[in-house]
Amino acid sequence: MVEKVQQLGQFTLEIFEKLGRSTFFLWHTLTGMMEVLARPRLIIAQLHSVGVRTVLIIIVSGLFIGMVLGLQGYTTLSDFGAEQSLGVMVAASLVRELGPVVTGLLFAGRAGSALTAEIGLMKATEQLSGMEMMAVDPVRRIITPRFLAGFISMPLLAALFSMVGVLGGHLVGVGLLGVDDGAYWSQMQAKIDFNEDILNGIIKSVVFGFIATWIALFEGYDAIPTSEGVSRATTNTVVISSLAILGVDFILTALMFGDI
Amino acid sequence: MTEAVANSKDVLVSVSDLSFSRGSKMIFDGISMEIERGKVTAIMGPSGTGKTTLLKLIGGQLYPQKGIVTIDGQVVHQLNHKGLYKLRKRLGLLFQSGALLTDMTVFENVAFPLREHTELSESMIRSLVLMKLQAVGLRGARDLMPNELSGGMARRVALARAIALDPMMIMYDEPFTGQDPISMGVLVQLIRLLNDALGLTSIIVSHDVQETCAIADYIYLVSGGKVVGRGTPDELRHSDSEWVQQFMNGFADGPVPFHYSARDYADDLVATE
Repeated sequence: MVEKVQQLGQFTLEIFEKLGRSTFFLWHTLTGMMEVLARPRLIIAQLHSVGVRTVLIIIVSGLFIGMVLGLQGYTTLSDFGAEQSLGVMVAASLVRELGPVVTGLLFAGRAGSALTAEIGLMKATEQLSGMEMMAVDPVRRIITPRFLAGFISMPLLAALFSMVGVLGGHLVGVGLLGVDDGAYWSQMQAKIDFNEDILNGIIKSVVFGFIATWIALFEGYDAIPTSEGVSRATTNTVVISSLAILGVDFILTALMFGDI
Repeated sequence: MTEAVANSKDVLVSVSDLSFSRGSKMIFDGISMEIERGKVTAIMGPSGTGKTTLLKLIGGQLYPQKGIVTIDGQVVHQLNHKGLYKLRKRLGLLFQSGALLTDMTVFENVAFPLREHTELSESMIRSLVLMKLQAVGLRGARDLMPNELSGGMARRVALARAIALDPMMIMYDEPFTGQDPISMGVLVQLIRLLNDALGLTSIIVSHDVQETCAIADYIYLVSGGKVVGRGTPDELRHSDSEWVQQFMNGFADGPVPFHYSARDYADDLVATE
């Protein structure tokens, strides 16, 4: 019994310790921002590996999700004879929720895991330690550019996802199921509000980008420098960032759209 | 007293009364040593005595519980982040693995510290990098990636990178481990040559007795968290200490027993778990 309580205590302590370390880590990362901004080439290289290489998976997923939304939306809306509103339904679902959330999840799986593995391995092969001894701060040289790249990429990827999704919905709704082309676009134009829908969606994607990149980089930097440690850190990244994104999404949605 | 000694010997690094423990495991228990400027000093001891840890303590990557390390008059662990990084620019640490940046070519690896710390022009950097690579005999390998290098070559590239900023001191972590006889010979020669030609101070951490004795001016033997022997290679070879004799000659049994401490053998065999 006492052992159980001890374990619980230890577990809780470990969580708080980790939170503390990750906060210090974030602080260290952010204070290096100015130095890194003066060297845009470092950021551009990371934008390529974090952002550009994630584009394909985002486009394909966005297209399919949009198509499924078109199909499902049509079946439900046509029961009420409201199939002309398909455009609004597809766009609102994408811009408000699915765009940022699904992009966040895919981003954590594709870019986040890659970041964790890369940094974990750099740590395991003493590259980070080696940099420290060359008087180069590894956090500022390695982490900060990646953080910025993730932070910049996420909203752009989410926007791309929503855009392709809207086209996918159009493909199915207008192309296959015979919704009126003009109605699809004009109803969307009339009902989707910039502040209410688009801006909130962008805010969500910025927040998710921040969370996913932070978790991925911290897990890599904090990994136990062995193959097992790196593998566990990579798993942690995907699991923790996915859960964090879903949890934070609920809170943000409640604040933005719920009358709480 | 120490000051008088320091003045007469021109000490670059002094470690005094240093204690360090990891968890409940004591790694160093009040260890003291002095590294003379311009000399090759070796720190030797059995595996697992924390020799690498000692280098990390000297380089300021780890903090001791007690005692101080001074390098060129500066107390390492009292420096702030900026001061420490400034000091490290004048130190080179050669990791056992080489710790080369795996996504850059050999050339870019050697150029890395120059690009990070200086504003030199591209042509200047090129000349400097080629000079450093020439010194370690790898000018022809400049376009290779680190994963295309053998272990010995990787260490030589790391050495070229360590001397890129013309440091005052280089620390070698197990430079001879896992090398074939030829790479070993190359490294032994390089360490001595660079030390004398560039006016460096070198610290070698190693347990390869022959190679280290061949180039070291002074040796500290460390075991169980303490300095158990010190002197020039000759003095150590003729030491009276049984422990030193066992280590220098590689006897299987002696003060360091062959058997890890355990209960009685016969008891252990008949015992049931």
